[in-house]
Amino acid sequence: MSVSGNGEPLLEVENLVKHFPIKHGLLIDRRVGEVKAVDGVSLSIARGETLGLVGESGSGKSTLCRAALQLLKPTSGSVKFEGREIAGLGRRAMRPLRRQMQMVFQDPYASLNPRKRVSQIIGDPLRRQGVGSSAERRRRVHELLERVGLSSEHYDRYPHEFSGGQRQRIGIARALALRPTLIIADEPVSALDVSIRAQIVNLLADLQDEFGLSYLFVAHDIAIVRHVSDRIAVMHEGKIVEQGTADQVCESPRDPYTRSLLSAVPIPDPREARARGASA
Amino acid sequence: MSARAPVLNVNDLRVGFVTEGGRLQAVDGVSFDLAPGEVLAIVGESGSGKSVTAQSIIGLTRSPNSRIEGSVKLHDEELLDLSEGALQKVRGARIAMVFQDPMTSLNPVYRVGDQIVEAVRAHRRTSDGDARALAIEMLDSVGIPNPELRVNSYPHELSGGQRQRAMIAMALALEPEVLIADEPTTALDVTIQAQILDLLKRLNRERNLATVLITHDLGVVAEVADRVLVMYAGRVVEQGSLDEIFYDPQHPYTWGLLGSLARIDQARTQRLPQIRGVPPSLVGLPAGCSFRPRCPHSFDRCVHMPDLAARADREAGHLDRCWLEPERKRELREVEGRIGLEEPA
Repeated sequence: MSVSGNGEPLLEVENLVKHFPIKHGLLIDRRVGEVKAVDGVSLSIARGETLGLVGESGSGKSTLCRAALQLLKPTSGSVKFEGREIAGLGRRAMRPLRRQMQMVFQDPYASLNPRKRVSQIIGDPLRRQGVGSSAERRRRVHELLERVGLSSEHYDRYPHEFSGGQRQRIGIARALALRPTLIIADEPVSALDVSIRAQIVNLLADLQDEFGLSYLFVAHDIAIVRHVSDRIAVMHEGKIVEQGTADQVCESPRDPYTRSLLSAVPIPDPREARARGASA
Repeated sequence: MSARAPVLNVNDLRVGFVTEGGRLQAVDGVSFDLAPGEVLAIVGESGSGKSVTAQSIIGLTRSPNSRIEGSVKLHDEELLDLSEGALQKVRGARIAMVFQDPMTSLNPVYRVGDQIVEAVRAHRRTSDGDARALAIEMLDSVGIPNPELRVNSYPHELSGGQRQRAMIAMALALEPEVLIADEPTTALDVTIQAQILDLLKRLNRERNLATVLITHDLGVVAEVADRVLVMYAGRVVEQGSLDEIFYDPQHPYTWGLLGSLARIDQARTQRLPQIRGVPPSLVGLPAGCSFRPRCPHSFDRCVHMPDLAARADREAGHLDRCWLEPERKRELREVEGRIGLEEPA
């Protein structure tokens, strides 16, 4: 595994397990089994690197993200951030680390509080972490708006006044507010219009160059993952079935599941599609 | 291909709504013919009018707040003039519809089989037993395993792909001539999507079914469509055969859509070519070409609306709505060896 950059990985997940109990019964919960949502996953992300995580619905991608960030308590396994074990840390202990790891969510309609102004949404992480004076925070929010391609006139608006793509920019600005080193983006473009996807993907790439961010880019669309990722991990039924550089995984996949996933992706090229249909 | 008489003929369809924000024209002059066995894809982003076009064909947008003009003919019968009662006889029986989300279009408290039986018996005088046999046969034909058991399942007991198959089985049970599929695979995983697309292709061939496929996904279009309409802000900006749209696109918006796609068979490039700006709000569209504010190649003529027309050197069926000269288009759409929309240097 090639780890570019300097030495130790930023995030290192080892043998991570998250099982959910299946309960049955009305008054007394009997445990009748468990869902192995994440079942022994190991992966690492270097500084400045993008790791793409691909899988279909129910494969455990989102649970993996949440367990890695300690938003869900892992059943077992280790998660190291900058070499420090964080698996099982409580809320308070995690708090200073939260600055460094942020999330961008899929649905920009559900992930922004409709009753808060843009200034509050982006400024809240700063206020909660006690960063700067209120004037400094104000300036920083303006700066962030500018940086993600919005403008100062959007400062006092509410989320409903924005399109899906603009809302995703607000979500990205909020994630950037505390100058994180790691951003976990869970399906950040799949709810967006085609012409807007490229804008957001390009914005994420620009921000990575500028701030040296590491990304865990989670998506079911392997074409977009190939475009943004240095390396790709393919997840299936709670396990990573294949991991490698983006080109390796997409051009010479070794795992049968990866191969079936790749062959199912529609290619926006009628001649290619016909050739593939004829050979299938 | 279009030598055969069309099943469906849509002519200058216009759908307007009165909303709180003002009057808006969701669909503004859409025309097309659909032949038996043909798949016509309508491509566009949110607000382009693609779904409203599809829904208006079978009268689903009728309301006191809407104004529907133009003509929609099933063979020689004008559908826009039909009463709601008469239209209900057409809906489901002669023109069927499949929606994006099978969980919201199947009733969660009725067994799948009962829903198909109900749909069949609403249109046909047939015994419960016969309708049930038909339901099982249909579930079998769309590839649901153990159909005689599955007919008794509730929707939540089926997977997403199986639910969509059940929806298609229900839609096809009455042997419609036209199927309208509105983003039929958008909610599905890619491996399931591939199976559903294969199913639609097979049914098209076997039943000579005419299909209108509404989608935002050009990959899906390339897999199944014969002809394509590209819509933007309620209007068709380009229409043509599948190959014309993908290999000789004439409208800058089409270039932008094709150029901005990440492709699984291509290695990482530095940046994806992007279309600037956002899809417009239909309230207060600019005068002239609606794509003008986002188009890097717009010039003074674009303040007037171009007609949807075939330009000089092309096949009669390939139309577009752009003032640029064909020669100029060929130069401009070439971006680093592929089709795209880029700001001029």
